[in-house]
Amino acid sequence: MKRYLALLLVVILFAVSCTPAGTAEDHIGGADPEAPKVKLGLVTDTGGIDDKSFNQGTWEGLVAYKVGAKLEEENVKFLQSTSDADYIPNLTTLAEEGMDLVVAPGFLFEDAIKQFSTDFPEQKILFIDAAVDAPNVMNAVFAEHEGSYLVGVAAALKAQEAGKNKVGFIGGADFELIQKFEAGFEQGVKAIAPEMEIVIQYATAFDKPEEGQTLASKMYDDGVYVIYHAAGGTGNGAIKEAKDRRENEEDVWIIGVDKDQYEDGIYSGGDVESAILTSMIKRVDLAAYRAAQAVADGTFEGGTVEYKIKDEGVGIPAENPNLTDEWVNTINEYKDKIAGGEITVDPVPSRVK
Amino acid sequence: MKERHYSHLTISLIAIGLSFIIASVVMLLTGINPLNFFIAIIRTMTGINLRTMDFNPRLIGEFIQISMPMVLSGLAVGFAFRTGLFNIGAEGQVIMGSLGAIVIGILLDLPGLIHLPLAIIVAGIFGGIWASVPGILKAKFGIHEVVITIMLNYTAMYLSAWALKLLPGSDNQKTINLPASALLRSDFLRSITNNSRLHWGFLIVIAALVIYWFVIEKTVFGYELRSVGFNRHASEFAGMKVSSRIIYSMVISGVFAGLAGAMLSLGTFDYGRVLYSFENYGFNGIAVALLGGNTALGILLAGLLYGALQSSQAMMQAQGIPLEIAVIVSGLIILFVAMQHGIRMFLDHRSAKRREAAHVTRAD
Repeated sequence: MKRYLALLLVVILFAVSCTPAGTAEDHIGGADPEAPKVKLGLVTDTGGIDDKSFNQGTWEGLVAYKVGAKLEEENVKFLQSTSDADYIPNLTTLAEEGMDLVVAPGFLFEDAIKQFSTDFPEQKILFIDAAVDAPNVMNAVFAEHEGSYLVGVAAALKAQEAGKNKVGFIGGADFELIQKFEAGFEQGVKAIAPEMEIVIQYATAFDKPEEGQTLASKMYDDGVYVIYHAAGGTGNGAIKEAKDRRENEEDVWIIGVDKDQYEDGIYSGGDVESAILTSMIKRVDLAAYRAAQAVADGTFEGGTVEYKIKDEGVGIPAENPNLTDEWVNTINEYKDKIAGGEITVDPVPSRVK
Repeated sequence: MKERHYSHLTISLIAIGLSFIIASVVMLLTGINPLNFFIAIIRTMTGINLRTMDFNPRLIGEFIQISMPMVLSGLAVGFAFRTGLFNIGAEGQVIMGSLGAIVIGILLDLPGLIHLPLAIIVAGIFGGIWASVPGILKAKFGIHEVVITIMLNYTAMYLSAWALKLLPGSDNQKTINLPASALLRSDFLRSITNNSRLHWGFLIVIAALVIYWFVIEKTVFGYELRSVGFNRHASEFAGMKVSSRIIYSMVISGVFAGLAGAMLSLGTFDYGRVLYSFENYGFNGIAVALLGGNTALGILLAGLLYGALQSSQAMMQAQGIPLEIAVIVSGLIILFVAMQHGIRMFLDHRSAKRREAAHVTRAD
């Protein structure tokens, strides 16, 4: 017994002495002294870094910038939060570590950002999905209703082809931001098929896949053909339900959100590869990338930037294996009309008015 | 020869040490320098960065702030434990206490000298009432408290979410901000700790620790509670009112948990949050009470350890240690604490063997 303990101790000590003791914090890296090497930090909400949604998307934007600008690995980092009590300490830690830009994705950060931006008035902050009015906060908001309009069009076209008359929407929680998704989807469906029935359901939170699966299951049982989910992790349960049903040769579809979720919908044994009809993409990565660039260029300023359909800030993926070319053309027509101002999408659903 | 006695402190320290060793191995296997882990913990607890010798009082403030609800929920679980009751419902009682504080904070408009104490007292009462349900059911009908308390956790979560949304000005996520008169927050404490969220709640925690120690160790009532915990039937035979002791024990346990809820809603945050998932303050309380051996001092130390692990997560991640490692270490500590009996047996077995060996040599 003692021998093993001693061996263990030796292994540990050896490894401890071998690993480099920390990272040089004052390291000025990079080959090109002309381009300022910025330090970028991200704080995730409780969904975690691999939420297949905006935490992950934002991080991918920062990573893309890191690769492009050849930043040091340790100068781009993320801190994950386990509860909303962690938001302020996590943000503060990044500020104290000397990050040039601190990114917080998600409206849940609103109160934390208000506090944080006054505690650190010099800290450049990117806040995604909501707006805090402070000179050091750049807010990135998205026209989700415009993007959702397009997937509404897709859902209606698909349902018409199958001779179905029911589509559905699952929201993560019932409040203004998610209602924008609902509103756009509703108007998009109605644009193609004014008579089509739209079933609306809201979950209680964004991190409850089991709830998403139950809601989706009920909807499909009621004859809903395509579901559009705007529910983050909760929506992953709905995707699972769609996959399970397709594996059992039931013809149902689901539409992804935030990122291209095609890969999450891949299942085996069907005539198509994935249960994801298409996805409503929200380019949080673009917002993160541009903010990082602005900090490096010295052009960063506070205020709100809205990413719309005409800025490619929202939309559908470039590749849509489950949509016909004809449908994609129709969708693109609507896209151009929205971008050109010919169609104005209302961010408030009819249910709420 | 006298049986060598290993104190609870020794066993707990061995448990913590073992869990740290295993955690180090896990870190080495995943290519992380364990030294960073320990530096992060020390930095969190003392505010001192061993690498640069910088001192940041904010870290101490945050560390204490995060530990406060842990200690209180540890006291809640520990108090029930001493009477032989397993209060898994601390989570729900924390939620109810938090709700009570919010309701008073938002609905009443009073001067600070009355408003804040009233909000805290009502938080305690809400927690106590919530815990009295399993207490009464246990005492009167013999229904096991574990089942009832688990179910009541969910009831509390949804009841609180529903009630908070009913308060004037609430949306689906949170209530309006509480008036300053109801808050534990202090600009003074904030300013001396470099803008941490440290608040006056630590005075309540200290008072709760003293009361816990005094009631359990120094009063007849506490003696009776412990006696019921050791042997319910013998206590009944000796003339104690066992059922009323069970109810009182649960209620007091709930009051401690309710106070933990007040720490969260009046100190850490300044608004009520509509939550549909548990935050684990109550469940962590179970581990804190177990680790602390259900004594006031032990629970304080265990709560601080848990608070340190929790609040060092930011620092660890900034050092490149994933969040998962911090969570693994917390899990390992619980695991080893649960194995306390095993550790004790192993130590006893070893010292018995030594004695035997000593006997043999002497006989020779």
